[in-house]
Amino acid sequence: MISRVPLRDAASDCVVMARRGLIESVRKPALLVFTFIEPVILIVIFRYAFGGAIKVPNGDYANFLMPGILVLTAVFGAIVTGIGLSEDLSKGIVDRLRSLPIARSAVLVGRTLSDLARNAGNVIIIFVVGFLVGFDPNQPITRILAAVLLLLAFAYVFSWISATVGLLVRDPETAQGAGFVWVFPLTFISSAFVPTNTMPPVVQAIADVNPITLCVDAVRALTIGGAATGPVLGTLAWLAGLSLVFIPFAVARYRALQ
Amino acid sequence: MTRDSAIEVEALHKRFGEVVALDGLDLIAPEGQVLALLGPNGAGKTTLVRALATLLVPDAGRARVLGIDVVADPLGVRREIGLAGQFAAVDEILTGRENLEMVGMLYHLGRAESARRAREVLERFELTDAADRRTSTYSGGMRRRLDLAATLVGQPRVLFLDEPTTGLDPRGRAQLWDMIRELRREGTTILLTTQYLEEADQLAQLIAVIDQGRIVAEGTAGELKERVGRDRLIVRLADAGRMEDATVALSALADDGPLDAPGECGLSLPMSGPDLPAEVVRALDRARLGIVGLEVRSPTLDDVFFALIGRHVEPEAEQPQEVAA
Repeated sequence: MISRVPLRDAASDCVVMARRGLIESVRKPALLVFTFIEPVILIVIFRYAFGGAIKVPNGDYANFLMPGILVLTAVFGAIVTGIGLSEDLSKGIVDRLRSLPIARSAVLVGRTLSDLARNAGNVIIIFVVGFLVGFDPNQPITRILAAVLLLLAFAYVFSWISATVGLLVRDPETAQGAGFVWVFPLTFISSAFVPTNTMPPVVQAIADVNPITLCVDAVRALTIGGAATGPVLGTLAWLAGLSLVFIPFAVARYRALQ
Repeated sequence: MTRDSAIEVEALHKRFGEVVALDGLDLIAPEGQVLALLGPNGAGKTTLVRALATLLVPDAGRARVLGIDVVADPLGVRREIGLAGQFAAVDEILTGRENLEMVGMLYHLGRAESARRAREVLERFELTDAADRRTSTYSGGMRRRLDLAATLVGQPRVLFLDEPTTGLDPRGRAQLWDMIRELRREGTTILLTTQYLEEADQLAQLIAVIDQGRIVAEGTAGELKERVGRDRLIVRLADAGRMEDATVALSALADDGPLDAPGECGLSLPMSGPDLPAEVVRALDRARLGIVGLEVRSPTLDDVFFALIGRHVEPEAEQPQEVAA
């Protein structure tokens, strides 16, 4: 007879793990610095140091920049998933959890959910910081809410990529380093800070299919106006594809832990 | 399902790449006793514990805990066991109480019962005063106690303790020993791994000596010592220069003659009977040889180990080697 975790217990396990993740978010100042201060620094640098030299289509760099920063906030927040997971792995906490009669999905689902909640907080705070530096979304509230939902979906899927990285490297420092290896090129070769049409053709071609570009363009259209359908659908297609690859991959890696 | 033993392991194999960690290991642990798995670093102790605790899947062979197969029904096993790994797996961001309540919730005990059990084990492990402090402020001994406490929240019938006292000071070690003895009195089956001969001797009813992924000997401490030989009488001489005279004087009292006692100026004879010390004293007195010491020595587990695998056990200080591959 093979024992199974009843669905009710499995749901409770996910909640317990998510709750723990939230407590961690609140009590670890380093996390706050990493996921919140970092976007703020980028706002200051790009809005005030580089912004004057960057020509954007309708001339208002704060409006151009903030959607990019919001997407970066989501991505930086997602890196934390892998760091936290690898920390639990290296400290033996995952061993303890795996020796308990819990749903196997609870560790990954709980952590990605608590990171989602934290990222929601970050996105809202960065929105507010944006208003302070001149971000002026002129779209209806429904479109702005749609932008927030898209950002959160983006953060959630990237949490699973990050979880996969964390499970592969199993060491918090490496997870953090590895996070930047994939995040930095992805964010800078995108429309987050500059219009992609200023890039050489090859780089522009890459930037234009980059999920970050698509998401930034979608958030831009949903907050300051423009054609949203194309980039929104492009972003959703990316998210669907990435979920199909990385969620099963992360789950398989977790199950294969020895 | 019938069974006679809490833990049954048959021909268990596990390799990590080139390294053979378990090489056809067989083991049986009766219910309600402490079984010590004694062996040097890299012998396969941790791998065996991880296989029994369903953390890794063996390549071949069978292992059952309370009759439940660890591969076929890992969740069934997890409901019955508690595991304290080599490193105290406490969440530093949480308080001691929160750590324990979380484990209770993960055993699906519900909020009230989890809180009650947490309170109970905190009390038992003398952590009540520190219960609401974050565990990052705990000492090494406190962490170990909390780690062990966490394994008890679910009231497991079988407990796996992987080198539970590594890194503890003597007081912490003595405390943990007492707790292990108490758990055993309550009927918990305990499998603990150790590199310390004394620990196995002190705690375990049964000792299995493990080397290179196999059990090379098992039995009670007494039985294992028996395999090495009887007690020996160590005679320490006043004059190191007259060892040969003493050997001649005592030659009639031992079948194969007296042996040089290792590491000291003296001789060692098998303890053939209660009269032997008196006879030794008389023989040496007749030869006008002074004695500074006379001692009956039982074989130690180190002697056992040496006799079994031809090496001494030297616990390498604080260097856990068998980290999960």
